[in-house]
Amino acid sequence: MSAAPSPNEWPLWEVFVRSKAGLDHKHCGSLHAADAPMAIQLARDVYTRRQEGTSVWVVRSDQITASDPGDKAAYFDPMADKVYRHPTFYELPKSLDHM
Amino acid sequence: MTQASIAVSPDASVQYLLRIGDTCLILAQRLAEWCGHAPVVEEDIALSNMALDLIGQARAVLTRAGQLEAERGGEHHDEDQLAFLRDERDFRNLTLVELPRGDFAVTMLRNFAVASFLELLWQRLESSSDSELAGIAGKAVKEARYHREHAADWVVRLGDGTTESAARMKAALDGLWPYVAEIFEADTVDELAAAARIGPRWADLRDEWRARFESVIGAASLTLPADRPFRSTGKSGRHSEHLGYILAEMQHLQRSFPGGVW
Repeated sequence: MSAAPSPNEWPLWEVFVRSKAGLDHKHCGSLHAADAPMAIQLARDVYTRRQEGTSVWVVRSDQITASDPGDKAAYFDPMADKVYRHPTFYELPKSLDHM
Repeated sequence: MTQASIAVSPDASVQYLLRIGDTCLILAQRLAEWCGHAPVVEEDIALSNMALDLIGQARAVLTRAGQLEAERGGEHHDEDQLAFLRDERDFRNLTLVELPRGDFAVTMLRNFAVASFLELLWQRLESSSDSELAGIAGKAVKEARYHREHAADWVVRLGDGTTESAARMKAALDGLWPYVAEIFEADTVDELAAAARIGPRWADLRDEWRARFESVIGAASLTLPADRPFRSTGKSGRHSEHLGYILAEMQHLQRSFPGGVW
């Protein structure tokens, strides 16, 4: 994913699909397309052909700012031993099965 | 041993359904030729998807045509017999869909012309007196709408694109336009099927189709070529030299190994 794609190549788009109403859009892959309408159209063919979706988002890959893999330890490791940040000490009623 | 060809009932309603089923089936063969050859992998998948949509429509309509044959006192044929055991002259597809796939511009322009016609046709067929056909149409109309949008988008992109792409789209339009007229050419099958309220006369869809087609052609900075007296005749079984090759490939396996399955 280079910052300046070749003029002869379509830019890359990340595709997010919502599988059903009420759920979040989930990242499911990427594709090349000339512009946003084409990206939506192609996402329909590439990622929702087996009835996976009810809604699709696309976003130019170069518009996503990602955390640096080198920062992984500093960013995420300190959370590992802070169990009190997880709501695991509550007893849930039996009727809530999908938490 | 080879599988003998079947003869199909001349009943107008059966023939009307064969025109629809065969047009979908043969266009699907042409689209499937792009599998592994499209300019980008995303389009490759899109074209294969559309070919499969069309195969699904052809299967449903041919199945119904075979049932109608039996209901009208003829022999019953199933979808496979109708697809694989008819001779070229018994195919009723538009000549337009059997023409070689050409370049991407030809494929997209033809898809746009056919999908926008099928979309109008399926819309009318939703109120067919044949409830089975109405059900098929209800599902197919959504697919046709997507095919039309996809192809229209490309017609505009290429027609209004670079010098090269515009020249190719213009060539595609000039080459295919003479074959479009056949779609709307009235005849007795059309009349009788409409009288039985099976479906609309295709000729009655001409004005609406033309208005829609012309607006996209305009957006693509192209102009419609002049109409010419030439009429292709695939709908009545007289085809171009191209259909035989498609059928040879499509039917070879069933003809050589009758009833073969995997």
